[in-house]
Amino acid sequence: MEFLEQQLPRYADGAWITIQLTVGGAALAFVLAMAIGILGTTRFWWARAITTVFVETFRGIAALVVMFWFVFAFPDLTGFELDPRFAAILALGLNVGAYGAEVVRAAINAVPPSQVEATVALNYSWTQRMRLVVLPQAWAQMLPTFGNLVIELMKATAVVYLVGIVDLTSVAQQIRSATGQTFVAFGVAFVLYYLLAQVLILGMRALENRAGKKLGRAPTGGGGILSLLRPPSVGTKVGVAK
Amino acid sequence: MWDFQFTYEAMPDLLSGILTTIQLTLIGYSIALVLGLLVAVVRRTPIIGGIVHFVMEFIRTTPLIIQVVFVFLMTPADISAFTVGVVVLGVHYAAYTAEVYRSGIEGVAKGQWEAARALSLSTGRTWGAIVLPQAIRKVIPALGNYLISMFKDTPLLFAIGVTELLTQAQRVGSESFRVVEAYTLVGFLFLAVSVPSAIIIRRLEKRYAAV
Repeated sequence: MEFLEQQLPRYADGAWITIQLTVGGAALAFVLAMAIGILGTTRFWWARAITTVFVETFRGIAALVVMFWFVFAFPDLTGFELDPRFAAILALGLNVGAYGAEVVRAAINAVPPSQVEATVALNYSWTQRMRLVVLPQAWAQMLPTFGNLVIELMKATAVVYLVGIVDLTSVAQQIRSATGQTFVAFGVAFVLYYLLAQVLILGMRALENRAGKKLGRAPTGGGGILSLLRPPSVGTKVGVAK
Repeated sequence: MWDFQFTYEAMPDLLSGILTTIQLTLIGYSIALVLGLLVAVVRRTPIIGGIVHFVMEFIRTTPLIIQVVFVFLMTPADISAFTVGVVVLGVHYAAYTAEVYRSGIEGVAKGQWEAARALSLSTGRTWGAIVLPQAIRKVIPALGNYLISMFKDTPLLFAIGVTELLTQAQRVGSESFRVVEAYTLVGFLFLAVSVPSAIIIRRLEKRYAAV
């Protein structure tokens, strides 16, 4: 207990960095996934080629390798030094963005063709079709996979201590070398990571229910706050080579 | 700009790194396949199943790298980093493969269980001859995806000093100050393995998913 009282502020600082990296990486990944995923559904071959190359490249290389490249090789190549935190967000965003782009592409392609035909009959522009008809339906299908990706992203942030960022994992190691109590020092970090993941799971599930309601679908497993607490289903680590 | 001489000289080191990476992946994956199946079966028992489920959920929602470092520090010094790395990798991924097996087992029709019961097959025969062959066949592509995922997670073992690809690249890069070449080559080597494997998995998917 005394240990906790003394060290909790440091854990909180570390966890705060982890949260920042998760949010930053998720924001970048989301923008990339949407933009590049939508490109992959257009009729221009060069746009689809961009999607394929981007997806295969950043899905194929581990985020840690990309991060090392940005932190160590990039300054050598260009003379610009990147802030490690920026480099970390960039690497994580590119990696998860590549998985996400594939999810977006697949979800858009899964919208029934009759829906698209209807927008043509109504003389909608491409923008109207996407915004009003295709994306709201694809969105509901993307969300569960996005939920898994966010958790994978949060877990992936732990590698940043290798490039000198003081995140939750780094704090655990510092406290361990200061106190010599390996089990407790890491145990607290494990519990904090677990709690973070649970918060993310609840948040994503709330989004899923909302997206389902907008389409007139009932939330799975009954409505209300309690439905959010049903046993988690974060089963599949997603997206690899669909 | 690009130093081809260095590329040529660094290749043997990098290739020995990727060999370690592939060893780690294959051994770790075997552990994940076997342990995951055990977990998926045990999870169906009342109390122990609940405990196992929680432990696996915990493993799945916390970062692999901190698990690796933690186990490395907690085990006696005479156990090599390679062993620790491969076991933690295997156990971590067992948490994922268990879910895959579970979905496969749940997909087996109820009538199959009832038929096994009607023929008064033992529990072992029911699982071994009726349920698992059907369940596993369906999830082969999903399992294959984790092989690629795991391959891409092996650089994390850099943290405990296993001499895999990234560790080798860092070593040759810092010895020669050719950092750009070293890390770029790592990227290409990763692509050289993961893109062909992705294509193979896609083939498997076509072959098995249709059944």
